Amino acid sequence: MADGGSCSSHEYRSPHHSDRKKAMAELGNGKKQASPEEVHPRKAFGWAAKDKSGVLSPFAFSRRNTGADDVTIKILYCGICHSDLHTAKNEWSNAIYPMVPGHEIVGVVTEVGQNVQNFKVGEKVGVGCIVNSCLSCQNCNRDYENYCPRIILTYNSLDVDGTMTYGGYSNMVVVNQHFVIRFPENLPLDKGAPLLCAGITVYSPLKEHGLDVPGKHLGVVGLGGLGHVAVKFGKAFGMKVTVISTSLKKEKEAIERLGADAFLVSSNAEQMQAAMGTMDGIINTVSADHSIAPLAFLLKTHGKMIMVGAPEKPLQLPIFSLILGGKTLAGSCIGGIKATQEMIDFAAKNNITADIELIPISYLNEAMERLTKADVRYRFVIDIGNSLTEA
Amino acid sequence: MENGNNVAASPEEVRRSPAFGWAARDTSGVLSPFTFSRRKNGENDVTIKILYCGICHSDLHSVKNEWQNSVYPIVPGHEIVGVVTEVGGKVDRFKVGDHAGVGCMVNSCRSCHECAGHLENHCPGMIFTYNSTDVDGTVTYGGYSDSVVVEEHFAVRFPAGMPLDRGAPLLCAGITVYSPMKRFGFDVPGKHIGVVGLGGLGHVAVKFGKAFGAKVTVISTSPSKRQEAVERLGADAFLVSKDPDEMKAAWGTMDGIINTVSGNHEVTPLLSLLKTFGQMVMVGAPEKPLEIYAFPLLLGGKSIVGSAIGGMKETQEMIDFAAEHNVTADIELISMDYVNEAMERVAKADVRYRFVIDIGNTLSAT
Repeated sequence: MADGGSCSSHEYRSPHHSDRKKAMAELGNGKKQASPEEVHPRKAFGWAAKDKSGVLSPFAFSRRNTGADDVTIKILYCGICHSDLHTAKNEWSNAIYPMVPGHEIVGVVTEVGQNVQNFKVGEKVGVGCIVNSCLSCQNCNRDYENYCPRIILTYNSLDVDGTMTYGGYSNMVVVNQHFVIRFPENLPLDKGAPLLCAGITVYSPLKEHGLDVPGKHLGVVGLGGLGHVAVKFGKAFGMKVTVISTSLKKEKEAIERLGADAFLVSSNAEQMQAAMGTMDGIINTVSADHSIAPLAFLLKTHGKMIMVGAPEKPLQLPIFSLILGGKTLAGSCIGGIKATQEMIDFAAKNNITADIELIPISYLNEAMERLTKADVRYRFVIDIGNSLTEA
Repeated sequence: MENGNNVAASPEEVRRSPAFGWAARDTSGVLSPFTFSRRKNGENDVTIKILYCGICHSDLHSVKNEWQNSVYPIVPGHEIVGVVTEVGGKVDRFKVGDHAGVGCMVNSCRSCHECAGHLENHCPGMIFTYNSTDVDGTVTYGGYSDSVVVEEHFAVRFPAGMPLDRGAPLLCAGITVYSPMKRFGFDVPGKHIGVVGLGGLGHVAVKFGKAFGAKVTVISTSPSKRQEAVERLGADAFLVSKDPDEMKAAWGTMDGIINTVSGNHEVTPLLSLLKTFGQMVMVGAPEKPLEIYAFPLLLGGKSIVGSAIGGMKETQEMIDFAAEHNVTADIELISMDYVNEAMERVAKADVRYRFVIDIGNTLSAT
C-alpha cells in the first residue's frame, strides 16, 4: 500500500486467492489466452486503453450470457471518473490491458435472468464501481460491499470466472442484480450517471459520520467532480456549507451557482484563522498533494475530516493538529449498494444531479486530456447511446 | 510568557499561604528546592496536603522547554494525591480528611460549549496544573510540592481502598487512555484492542482493556517485553512491530488501537492491523509530523484520532472504575531528592512504569 494503490485495488483474500493472483500475473506477462472477443458468447464493443499511454480506441470484446441472477443493460450514458484516467495510465500500477474503463453507467434493462424479481425489461438502471462481492463476509452482511476483501470492480478486476471485467465505455453490460441500482423516473439519466461514483463517494461518509444533520457546518475541500456534489448534498441535508479551495476564481461559482454559504481560499491565512474551530466536519476531495494541518484547525472539538481523495504522497500530519480538540482523520471509499440506492433515491427526491459536459465517444481522448487539467465543470459524461457505434 | 525567558509576577507577592516544593529554574530541567506560596482557600476551593505525585513524561518535556512554552521557575507535577485539609464554604463534595487527587487541569471557563459538555480539557480557557497562567495572572505550580489549592470541580475523590501511591498516575496516564477507550467503544467486552508502546500510558491501557473485557494485544518494538506484557500485565497477545510476519498475521483483526508512542514512528503498518472502520487513537505526541498514506485509510474506512486527557466528570468516573476493578499503575516509589535522577531515567524509559514521589514522607522545607 505504501507505493499507492487505488481506492479500487484490493488484496484479494478468496479461497482461490493464489489461483487468481497467478492468473493476474499471467495476464500481465502477456501469456497467450483466449482473446476478449472469444471468452464470452455475446459480442460487445466499446473503447479501450491498450497501454499506459491511456489513449483509448474502438475495441471489440464479449460479455457473458444473462445468468439466472443477472440483468443485461443497454448502456445509454457513462460518466468519466478521474479514477478511469489513473487506471488507464497505470498510475496505480495495477492496470491490465486492454482496459475498458467506466463505472458511472446508466442504461435500460434489455434482459433479466429467471431469479430476478426487482428489475424488468425497459427499466432505467445504473451500475457503479462494484459488480460483485462475496456477499457472505461481515462487511457484505452489513451492506458494506465496498469493503469486502473479495470485491470485484466494474473494470480492470478479475471476475469469478477468471476473466477481466470491462466497464461502461461500451454498449452493454451484464451485472448480478444485487449490484444494479434502480433509477427513479424523475432522475435525469445523463446528469445522474456521475452520482454512481462521485455521489456515493461523498454521500456514504457524510451519512456514516453524522454529517447530514441540519444546522451543522460542513467544509468541502476541492471543487471538482466530488466536491461539487458534496456541496449539493450538504445543502440538501440542511447544513451550512463552506467551500475551501486554492483558487479565488471559483468563489462566485461556489456561492451563486452551487449554493455554498461561504468560501475560503486555503492560502489566505486571515480567512483560515477566522474560520478556525467552526466546522463540524470536512470532506476532503483533493487528490493533489496538499497540507492537511491547516484544514484540521478549521474543525470544532471532536470534529472529523474525511479523506475521499487519494494524494499520491503521504500526508504530513503534525499530531497536535488532531490531539488538540480530539479530532478525527478518517478515510472513505465509495459506499455499499444499499447506500448507493438510498443516495440515488435521495438525489431524485431533492433534485440533485451532477453538473456535466455531455460528449460523444469520439471526443473521449480529448476529454481525458482536459480532465488531467481539471478543465471540466464538473464531470464529462459520454453519450453512449447516441454516439457509440460498432467500429 | 514565552520561551522560558520571561518570569511571571512572583507568586509570593500575590498569594498568601506559604508553600514549598522543587522547581526547575532553566532549560537544563534540573530541579531543586523552591519556596513559593499558594492562594488562600476560597469558598469553592479545597486545600490538599500532598502525599504523592506521579512523574509524567510531560513534566520532563516542560522542565526542558521542549514545547517552547515554559515559564520558569516551573514546579511540575499533575498526578497529585493527598488529604483534604481545608474546604471552602460552598464545597459539598469534600470534607477535611478525605483523600483527593488533582490531575492536569485546575480551571476552565465553565461557560463554553466544551465545558458544558464536560470536555473541560478542550476549553479554550482551560488552565493547566502547572506552567499555565491562572485567572489572577500568576503562573500555576504543580504537585512536586507540599500542598495545592484547587476549585472542587477540578478535584477528584479517591474512593476508600484505592491505593494513593499507585492511584496517582491514573490522574494523567489513566484518564488519557480511559477517555478515548470509552469514547470509541473499546470498552465493550469482546472487542480486540491493540496497545502500542508499553510505558506509563501503555501499561495502564492494557489494564483498563482487560478490565473492560476486551482482548488486548500489545504491539512493541522490543521482544524483551513480551513476557512482561502477557504474564504480568495480562495482555492476550504480543506483536513485535518490526516483525513483518507477526504483523501480517494480525492484519484486519483489531477494532481499535491505542497508540501511546511519543517517539517518531511509522503508522502505516499499524493501520493494517485495524478492521474495517477501525480507529487508531493517538495519545502520544511524536515530534515529527506523522506520514499518512491515503489508501490505508480509504480502504477500510479507517480513522486516526487524537485524544488529550479527558474531562473532570470522566476523570472521576475513571477513578471510581479503577477502584472497583483494582486497576492501579505499576510504580517505583522514590524520595524527593531522587527526582533529578528519576527524570534522567524517564528520558531513557528506564522505569516500570511510573515514578511516584513520596511527597508526604520525603519532601521537607529546606
